[in-house]
Amino acid sequence: MEYALSQPTGPKIPKKKPDFNPDGKGGEPGWADGLRQLYNSVLQEPLPDSFDDLLKKLDKGKDD
Amino acid sequence: MTEDTAVCADTEAFKHELLETLPHLRAFARGLSGRPDVADDLVQETAIKAWTARDRFTPGTSMRAWTFAILRNHYLSELRRNRRQVDYDQEAAERLLVKDADQEERLHLDDMQVALQELSPERREAVLLVGAGGFTYEEAAQISDCAIGTMKSRVARARSELATILNDENRSRKGQPRKPVKGKTD
Repeated sequence: MEYALSQPTGPKIPKKKPDFNPDGKGGEPGWADGLRQLYNSVLQEPLPDSFDDLLKKLDKGKDD
Repeated sequence: MTEDTAVCADTEAFKHELLETLPHLRAFARGLSGRPDVADDLVQETAIKAWTARDRFTPGTSMRAWTFAILRNHYLSELRRNRRQVDYDQEAAERLLVKDADQEERLHLDDMQVALQELSPERREAVLLVGAGGFTYEEAAQISDCAIGTMKSRVARARSELATILNDENRSRKGQPRKPVKGKTD
């Protein structure tokens, strides 16, 4: 089964993300904190509606 | 419990674990691709691949590591096929070059995203796995199908490059010239 990647249609950066201090804290470089913030900011996002189809496919595929 | 019931319970457990991993897959894919729309496509394709191959997953092992490996392999395959690395957010990349010198000395997470895209795919995934995803070097090496020493080297070089890129971002805000980033391979 082939799932083609869709082409981008919307804005490429949805919104401005929070800042991080480039000097860091606790002896850790600021970018390391920024990298984790970037990762964690996505973790906190709700799944977009487009994932509803995925969930339906998984439900439908139970009997595969 | 009948055999059918046990299989059904295993399938439900697999599905539950897979769904719980989706946010992590999105975060990893976002860092790899730099594009939310491409990242979500990657995650959906990864989830379908994982579901189709669920018989090959060993219960009790890390679903996150298993699905991350599927995602990175699919991403690199798509990268080779479509050369998507030249298709990341050019507009955002250009922002690095046009910042006013009087802007406050703070970096935005968008800048981190752009900086990540300046790394080679191998270094980008390495620093995402270890620096953001919290995997050990050994786990990250297994996901990336490379030696632990190679993974350590990729992470060290990625860290060095990110520090240089983001430091130069600060320099450009102060009106000082940016330094070129050298070395994009292992």
